Amino acid sequence: MKEIHVSKIVETVKKLCIDANYYLNDDIKDSLFKAKEKETFSLAQNILDIILENADIAKNENMPMCQDTGMAVVFLEIGQDVHITGGSLEDAVNEGVREGYSEGYLRKSVVGDPIERINTKDNTPAIIHYSIVPGDKLKITVAPKGFGSENMSQLKMLKPADGIEGVKDFVLKAVKEAGPNPCPPIVVGIGIGGTFEKAAFLAKKALLRPVNVKNSNPYYAKLEEELLEKINSLGIGPQGFGGRTTALSVNIETYATHIAGLPVAVNINCHATRHSEAVL
Amino acid sequence: MKKKITTPLTDDAVKELKAGDSVLLTGYIYTARDAAHKRLVELLKEGKNLPFDINGQVIYYVGPTPAKEGMPIGSAGPTTSYRMDPYAPKLLEIGLKGMIGKGSRNDEVINAIKKYNGVYFAAIGGAAALTAKCVKSSELIAYEDLGAEAIRRLYVEDLPLIVVIDSDGNNYYEIGQREYLNSTK
Repeated sequence: MKEIHVSKIVETVKKLCIDANYYLNDDIKDSLFKAKEKETFSLAQNILDIILENADIAKNENMPMCQDTGMAVVFLEIGQDVHITGGSLEDAVNEGVREGYSEGYLRKSVVGDPIERINTKDNTPAIIHYSIVPGDKLKITVAPKGFGSENMSQLKMLKPADGIEGVKDFVLKAVKEAGPNPCPPIVVGIGIGGTFEKAAFLAKKALLRPVNVKNSNPYYAKLEEELLEKINSLGIGPQGFGGRTTALSVNIETYATHIAGLPVAVNINCHATRHSEAVL
Repeated sequence: MKKKITTPLTDDAVKELKAGDSVLLTGYIYTARDAAHKRLVELLKEGKNLPFDINGQVIYYVGPTPAKEGMPIGSAGPTTSYRMDPYAPKLLEIGLKGMIGKGSRNDEVINAIKKYNGVYFAAIGGAAALTAKCVKSSELIAYEDLGAEAIRRLYVEDLPLIVVIDSDGNNYYEIGQREYLNSTK
């Protein structure tokens, strides 16, 4: 049994909120450089340069890469031999978000009620996903999600008869409809299977996988590659001004499902696909 | 070669802008997003004056991050424009000349751009730290209670933009994508 005091969780969440918004992850940076080499259009190349320059400015001047610093999506993998002390885990996560968004000069983009729409002024509450895993560690991942891309995401309950072709068509339709809106180049998280909410969760979780790591199942690794190729043949390009680089990566996660169903969720993210993690 | 333009925009200046042009904009612009647009259009419905003279002006769809001490603004990239589509034609009708955002506009907005000789620019989505460097001053104009969504008057220097929809209704999202696809055939 390992004890972790909530104050440690507050500090960690706070730092992760700031880091995720200030620093572009290396896998994304590498992917943008490689994409630039493959672009034949000068405007597309220029835009990829601007995005990379923006990441340097944000890092050097300690400021957010994007003004939409997102709703804080927090994934907690809690070892079953961990005992949280000193207070409530949920309160600690929200306090970390509150302090991170205040001290990091991040935008407060959360309204307390979806219809009444009054800003909570501290970017809480966070969206928290908990999972209990073996061991005595606590892994915290903070993935601030902007809504330019979140609004372009889609979920559909396909019929089993739609099969793999139905999945591909639905993914391509979602990316086409999103067009220039989610700040392409995008990262496409796809959840296939499970139930309605499980598919959506898997699509979100898929976005945490680095863009240079494929699905461990060769069938889905090949599907990721095929979909990426098809998406990058649409011509949308960086910012939607035409070009090859519409997406940097397609990440698929799957789960068992019901005999009557084939749920598919497409969670679109902008090029930055912000996330930072720490293990306590 | 990038065209240099200044605000307020004259009808002649708007007519010279063509879809696909890269421009550098200097002058005062106004920030407004969903909530501020809703209030502006409600004022018009009630026959009241807007909190600023909109004639010839440019609205930037942005909700910046808070400014650090000594800075005029925080990160300030464009938000997705289609959410302002329900309000934009009314504002163009009463004299708004330019809109800055990112992403597609609906047919009503494109028709209003043509009818009232307006222009829609895109700033680079996600390049918000870079954009902030072009903002030299920021002044609160209205709706402080909206926080990041309040209306501010910004003075910008050489803000890099791309003309997406020009006053003839040409749409660079369509043109650029078509040109790219033709080049790969």
